[in-house]
Amino acid sequence: MNFDYNEEQQLLADSVRRFLARDYEFEARRKIVESEAGWSPRVWATFAEMGLTGLPFPAEHGGFGGGAVDLMGVMEAFGEALVVEPYLPTVMAGRAVARSPLAGAILPALIEGKMKLAFAHAERGSRHELAAVKTVANKSGDGWTLEGEKAAVLGAPAADKLVVSARNGDTVELFLTDAVQGNSYTTLDEMRAADVVFKNEKAQALGGGVALIEELTDFATALLCAEAVGAMKFACDTTLEYLKTRKQFGVPIGTFQALQHRMVDMYIAQEQARSMACLACSRVDQPGDRKERARSVSAAKIKMADNARHISQEAVQLHGGMGMSEELKVSHTFRRLTVLAAQFGDADHHLARFAAL
Amino acid sequence: MDLNYSPEELAFRDEVRSWLQAHLPRDLKDKVAGYAHLSKDDLLRWHRILAKKGWVAPAWPKEWGGTGWSLVQRYIFEEELGYVGAPPLIPFGLAMCAPVLLRFGSEAQKQRFLPRIYQGEDFWCQGYSEPGSGSDLASLKTKAVREKDFYVVNGQKIWTTLAHYADWIFCLVRTDPNTGRRQEGISFLLIDMKTPGITVRPLILMDGAHEVNEVFFDDVKVPAENLVHEEGQGWTVAKYLLGYERMNTGRIGESKRQLAALKEYSQSLQGDARFRDRLSRVEVELMALEITNLRFLDRMRRTGQPPGADVSMLKIKGTEIQQALTELMMQAADPAAHDEFSVAVRKKYLSMRKTTIYAGSNEIQRNIIAKMTLGL
Repeated sequence: MNFDYNEEQQLLADSVRRFLARDYEFEARRKIVESEAGWSPRVWATFAEMGLTGLPFPAEHGGFGGGAVDLMGVMEAFGEALVVEPYLPTVMAGRAVARSPLAGAILPALIEGKMKLAFAHAERGSRHELAAVKTVANKSGDGWTLEGEKAAVLGAPAADKLVVSARNGDTVELFLTDAVQGNSYTTLDEMRAADVVFKNEKAQALGGGVALIEELTDFATALLCAEAVGAMKFACDTTLEYLKTRKQFGVPIGTFQALQHRMVDMYIAQEQARSMACLACSRVDQPGDRKERARSVSAAKIKMADNARHISQEAVQLHGGMGMSEELKVSHTFRRLTVLAAQFGDADHHLARFAAL
Repeated sequence: MDLNYSPEELAFRDEVRSWLQAHLPRDLKDKVAGYAHLSKDDLLRWHRILAKKGWVAPAWPKEWGGTGWSLVQRYIFEEELGYVGAPPLIPFGLAMCAPVLLRFGSEAQKQRFLPRIYQGEDFWCQGYSEPGSGSDLASLKTKAVREKDFYVVNGQKIWTTLAHYADWIFCLVRTDPNTGRRQEGISFLLIDMKTPGITVRPLILMDGAHEVNEVFFDDVKVPAENLVHEEGQGWTVAKYLLGYERMNTGRIGESKRQLAALKEYSQSLQGDARFRDRLSRVEVELMALEITNLRFLDRMRRTGQPPGADVSMLKIKGTEIQQALTELMMQAADPAAHDEFSVAVRKKYLSMRKTTIYAGSNEIQRNIIAKMTLGL
């Protein structure tokens, strides 16, 4: 039993945190969010230099063979800084490619930072049901063509290729396509996504099935839990700071017990979410037992969703009117936590999954 | 990061688990599972079984009967005690008076009291709260006046758990009423419950159980040798106790057993999504608390330091979970049923409301975290 990051994990998390503190503070981030692309090539290049784009991929293709626990500290730092670059979509889609015959053709460029991917799975109305795929793949000569529509594909506007789930007869499999064009838009939490329509688009088969999609989703959900812990930490830290500095009735408002107890509950909620993120990331790194993995991830997502909502709402409330203001980072953290709570399934979805396991 | 116990720790857990299963008397196990009343004999019988095995006071130094187990082993042992459904080990002697004597007691006091606590020969209770001094313990008024070789004690304690079973009570008393700070002038006294002038009066709680009492002191003569530490240093002693051995306040093992019992008992509600989701949320909260508890343990092991003030969150969350489990258990009971178990389940719900009040109410625990951890 040991809850520490190892030295490498700690050093990486520290250097990512240092970089973000220097080059990704609130104003710098605002410029990125408001830029046309909505992500920064310079930041992405730095991620690649730091090894982040190689970390979760096999060594044989130039990666470092890392798992979710290796990425935890990085994701926490991303959550604190509200990073909008499409890192998680690239990791998720990249790990699908890593399990396919195309790994050698794609991963080196991805690891070098020269390629970004997105994972196009959800469809309108599928509501987190992983097997609810209507997009169809048709055999065409040596390759395949795709027909259908994917909704809210996170990171698609910045992606060079998409990993797409599509139906091949009775099974759902994964495919890789260059067709990334769609109507892009900015999400509630200031990221970029797109709805992508496939009309006879060429694709290559990656294989896999719903079981692999579930495994990839669980992996990404565990990372999302770690990211949420970082966002919760910022929300708690900045609220605590506000309670200590904001004065009303001649005293810091943090002297009022009504607010102290609410702050304590936020702090406890953060620690409980952190515990569950540790559990989820550890379990997705252990191969085998699907049920144990799914139980841990769903439990972590339930806790994350509940506590993200609790902490973000309280953070805004305890800031008073300032919490509503677009000028304060805490309102942007509120938006991020709101989206994180629902991404890959909200608490209700995971409660149903947890109980069925 | 590795959330698993080591192979050695797992082997230890298996050893403890199978020993407990083999040696916990069936009738006691049934009483605990049925939320039945445990008599003094029941409590002492189990205490003595563990004492005979050498497992009744793992945290004590080895020379006094401790097991020499690691922090993790002690944690596992306590969790297994809860999980198997053993009667509780009453903490007043084993986990409160004894640590105080080991830290502050004279050699004579240790020799006199520790072996009897270990063997379950003396039953102890705790004299802290008073009618006017609950959360604000330092305002206590029970006074002890030194007269030659005695202290003469006058006053009243309240909420004294199992005072009606007790042979001894350790008390916080005011020996100097004229100090500047209220925390000064308090002393820690050991009092024989058979001393003339002590009256124990039952306080019946809303579940009908006699667990707590009022204890009245009317010119009670206590030998001065029963003073622990120096006169006026009682608050130091009390604070030491608050920081001691708070790793099991989450009661993970006990709650795991209750959760399993609840799942079994609520089978007929399995199709009810509203009930099911409530149950799942408690289960998830318990999973999170277990890992949070292990994180504290890991931190203590690495730093060699006692837990910080934030350990209070284990008490807050642990008791909330215990209450939620009994509430769901009551909900699962057939509303039309009046059998012994259904009635016991409802009474258990009533009884468990005490958990967020006792041992420092959850509001006081939040005050502690706000002040000590968050700096508010």
